[in-house]
Amino acid sequence: MTITIASGKGGTGKTTVSSNLTYYLSELGKNVVLADLDVEEPNSSLFIKAEKISTKIANTMKPTWVEDNCKLCGKCADVCNFNAILALPKGILTFPELCHSCYACSELCPTDSLPMKPSRIGEITEYKTKFPFIEGRLDLGQEMAVPLIKQTIEYVNEKYPSYLKLWDAPPGTSCPVIEASKDSDFVILITESTPFGLNDLTLAVETMKVLNKKFGVIINRYGIGDNKVEEYCKKENIPIITKIKNDKEVAKLYSKGELIYPKIEHFKNSLEDIVKFIEGLK
Amino acid sequence: MKEIVVISGKGGTGKTSISSSFAYLEAKNAVVCDCDVDAANMHLLLDADFSHREDFFSGEVAVIDEEKCTNCGDCFDVCRFDAITKMDNFHKVNPIDCEGCWYCSRVCKHEAITMKTQKAGDLFISNIKNGGIMAHAKLGFAAENSGKLVAHVKKTGRSIAVKENKKYVITDGSPGIGCPVISSLSGANLVVLVTEATISGLHDLERVYKLVKTFKTPAVCIINKYDLNIEMANKIEKFLNNENVKVIAKLNYDETFTKAMSEAKTIIEYNSNSDVAQKIKSAWEKIKNIVKNTDK
Repeated sequence: MTITIASGKGGTGKTTVSSNLTYYLSELGKNVVLADLDVEEPNSSLFIKAEKISTKIANTMKPTWVEDNCKLCGKCADVCNFNAILALPKGILTFPELCHSCYACSELCPTDSLPMKPSRIGEITEYKTKFPFIEGRLDLGQEMAVPLIKQTIEYVNEKYPSYLKLWDAPPGTSCPVIEASKDSDFVILITESTPFGLNDLTLAVETMKVLNKKFGVIINRYGIGDNKVEEYCKKENIPIITKIKNDKEVAKLYSKGELIYPKIEHFKNSLEDIVKFIEGLK
Repeated sequence: MKEIVVISGKGGTGKTSISSSFAYLEAKNAVVCDCDVDAANMHLLLDADFSHREDFFSGEVAVIDEEKCTNCGDCFDVCRFDAITKMDNFHKVNPIDCEGCWYCSRVCKHEAITMKTQKAGDLFISNIKNGGIMAHAKLGFAAENSGKLVAHVKKTGRSIAVKENKKYVITDGSPGIGCPVISSLSGANLVVLVTEATISGLHDLERVYKLVKTFKTPAVCIINKYDLNIEMANKIEKFLNNENVKVIAKLNYDETFTKAMSEAKTIIEYNSNSDVAQKIKSAWEKIKNIVKNTDK
């Protein structure tokens, strides 16, 4: 079973919940694996004290011009729909950062002058503690997070097929979060009871509906703001998995990168709610 | 015209509350751009009236004509995005997976595949509080190309600023380090980094600042939730000091952010005399002084 932990708005507690939940589940004796798919700003490793066991370079395939047989016919530039190839009178220029790795230029080239070669986009690192933890980390200057998210998921699926898999997703509602959610069995949306939280939750909910996903909501920092998130969930028949109380002590522990539940009882109770909910999904 | 972009790397640091306060303070002389198109929130604090709306088209998806499709599978073979599924008598495209590369439509011998332009979202121009103007957008559900929509919002905001002879463009940027934030940063005169005194605040600041450096745009920083973890706040200041980035405000952990938001107010309107409002006002004055001396 795969569960994505996502949120429309950033900073609502995805990483806090996913890292604490994984520790808690592993203490309960479950086979659980956590992957940080927020590849643009991966933060889980700050909260998980674990030993690095392997690093794999993540590549995407990009065309590389080989001059030898090229007749400079310009077909490659014609078939590229992303402006990633410029055919000049004396050579072919490629712009890897615009390339979507569709292979059209390479395979439709009559002289095989644009072979696809691996090009680094980031790293996939595996850590070991009470549970396996895998992080995808995009290289700075790389624009496209999706291929790395996809490869990180594939890595975990191959290595830990029978585990309970938790994905710490990127924020927002566009391509990265879609990639991190589309093949999951369930999506947990974390929000806070504020106008921003509600606005971004409704966007995330609509996105999950388009993807045909089952989902539930965790309300974090419960008690600040208003109760409109709760009213919205009731109206839309969205299950509220738990409410995590607003507590400056939680924020303080978080600021140091410490686990929350060993020190804060109400937070542990909320984790218990989540575990029960997950068990009910099976 | 000077463009100031507020970014944070990490979410939840108070970026939008702060940029909306700047927008409120300078409304008459500025055009505001909300470039956090994935999860746009500025309109909630600035009482945007959505007076002008236009469709934003971007990207294409393949559509297979079932009548013409012979089920040969050529399209399936060339698609690198697993967007094509074989049905009983024809092939079908899953629009969410389709990247819009045209490869399938180019190899189809039966001219059964056409590319359809997609609506990726809406662009809005709104009148906001204090007589200001804002360009903002809503990305379509499960749509792609948010980087292009960001670029479109900025282009719209800039052209209004030029036409109306405004002194500033105030942009609320996108999170992360990928294409939307890269689009947000282009052409800025000053970047305002908003971070918080937490371990992830520091981590994300370091990462996003490396990106800012590649643009060679001057930057200043606001440290929020400063008293949450003084040790971490000191580490952040040390990092900024080494990078020659000036700290223009240190804000304590303050529920005013949330309380003002719940009343759909900026921090300035909520209580103009509060400590946090005073500090944000002073930060904005500093920003104006700094951009006076930047190029462009």
